[in-house]
Amino acid sequence: MTTITVEASELTRIYGGREAVSNVSFTLSKGEVLGFLGPNGAGKSTTMKMLTGNLAPSKGRVKICGIDIIENPKEAKALIGYLPEQPPLYREFTVDEFLTIAARLHRVNNQHIKKAVQVAKERCGLTEMGKRLIENLSKGYQQRVGIAQAIIHNPMVVILDEPTVGLDPIQIRDIRALIKELGGEHSVILSTHILPEVEMVCDHVQIIHKGQLVFNGAIDVLKQQRHGNKLLIGLNNPPENDALLKIAGVTGIDTLPSGLISVRYAEGQLPAEAIVQAAVKSGWGLYQINPDQTSLEEVFVQLTFQEQGLQEQAA
Amino acid sequence: MIINIARKELKSLFSSPMGWVVLALLQFVFATFFVIGIDQYFQTMSGAMRPEERQGVTEFVGYSVFGIASFIMLFAVPLLSMRLISEERRQQTLTFLVSAPLTLTEIVLGKFFGLVTFLTITILLMAAMVSSLNLWADIDFGFIFSNVIGLWLLVASFSALGVYVSSTTQQPVVAGIITFVALFALLILDHFFAGDPSSTMAYLSLMRHFEPFSRGVLDTKDFLYFLLFITTFLTLTVRRLDADRLRG
Repeated sequence: MTTITVEASELTRIYGGREAVSNVSFTLSKGEVLGFLGPNGAGKSTTMKMLTGNLAPSKGRVKICGIDIIENPKEAKALIGYLPEQPPLYREFTVDEFLTIAARLHRVNNQHIKKAVQVAKERCGLTEMGKRLIENLSKGYQQRVGIAQAIIHNPMVVILDEPTVGLDPIQIRDIRALIKELGGEHSVILSTHILPEVEMVCDHVQIIHKGQLVFNGAIDVLKQQRHGNKLLIGLNNPPENDALLKIAGVTGIDTLPSGLISVRYAEGQLPAEAIVQAAVKSGWGLYQINPDQTSLEEVFVQLTFQEQGLQEQAA
Repeated sequence: MIINIARKELKSLFSSPMGWVVLALLQFVFATFFVIGIDQYFQTMSGAMRPEERQGVTEFVGYSVFGIASFIMLFAVPLLSMRLISEERRQQTLTFLVSAPLTLTEIVLGKFFGLVTFLTITILLMAAMVSSLNLWADIDFGFIFSNVIGLWLLVASFSALGVYVSSTTQQPVVAGIITFVALFALLILDHFFAGDPSSTMAYLSLMRHFEPFSRGVLDTKDFLYFLLFITTFLTLTVRRLDADRLRG
């Protein structure tokens, strides 16, 4: 059974005549992790602000678990946990004090506040830091407090704006694990411009560019685009191209400047084994064979670039 | 919910030296004027032979203490109110409050009452100080009560204006200065229009409405004036914050 937790339809936000976000629509079901990708200034943060009721959309609506955030902001906001780009922390408080305030403002029942603070601290690895002033914490820990603040009331939807910025690699791993864990029982939306991160934690990906959604789909689709149907082989005694083309399934050959050969093959066929056998038989001196992955960056650039091309054509 | 925000504001005031220093200095100033007032009372009254020249100790000392309090608060309130919203804007913590299930009105009222509660503590301490005269003399509690109410309404009005100005800027210092100048202008407005007591402008002066309280007169017109003043500025603050959401 899937319950739709976030429903955004035709979200548009106009800043001084310029559309910062235009016609963004999507839905998110319970237990899904949605990644928002996009270059700087693409409208990721603006979209998130609209989802959390911090900014009124110029057009379109947002529903959180069926509750319209513009008509019933209080009820809808109670279901959201939000970590903005810059973690909103009161630096003069200790971690415990701050989380208690957060719990209270998010209407956690008085008897459960202590427990909620404890749980949030444990999940974000802050157990030791309870008595420290937020001001004196390192950037990474402050970021964790920001995340703890967003999940303290066990919200249906957790919205994290660039949650791993400023963390060291180990912390990033922890936070990613946490996001995956959150994805189990909540819906999570996170924005980032770190592509591998999306691949690791998200089920769904949206790429937003100049305020427009240019890609919206499951992560597998993106991964497929990424893998393409290419093999990269390295041969010490490369044969004529014809010899390679004769191998079943191979449709094209490119010799790269590095001396490696990129072999394209037909969808659904995997000529790797045949190539290895041929190489051994004919003594081509095979020293490397692996799938030729276009990096996610390339896919990303392609997608955002295509869109630009289309717009130029339209203009 | 309003209480929770007010609690947060109070906690924030007391978790920095700011709250304690202001509280201590205010008490120091009030106590000094209290002592001077008593001292002067004996000097003046020993010279006043005829009964009609005599004045009650409550009125004499109270006038001196509460009179200076209204003036000192003119400096104290902007110092305390300037950070309320501007600092949250600067640190980007306003998002935290806006994202929580609270209406803007609740946020603004919470902040307002947090500040007013702090100021109420100083006023109550001051009232306790003046009431301690009762150990040696029979004092007029009605007079003190009316002064306390008047002063409370006055500082609440100061706070409302302070909260509004604080919501218009990101710089606490700018907010502080603007609040101070605006309050000062509002206080001495009736000096400028002293020649024409029926002038509307003079009627807007905060001092003019505080003055009856300090004489021990409770007038509903003055109550209404202060309440209107407070509501106006708090409403403006809510609208200012709402404009953030709409215009971004």
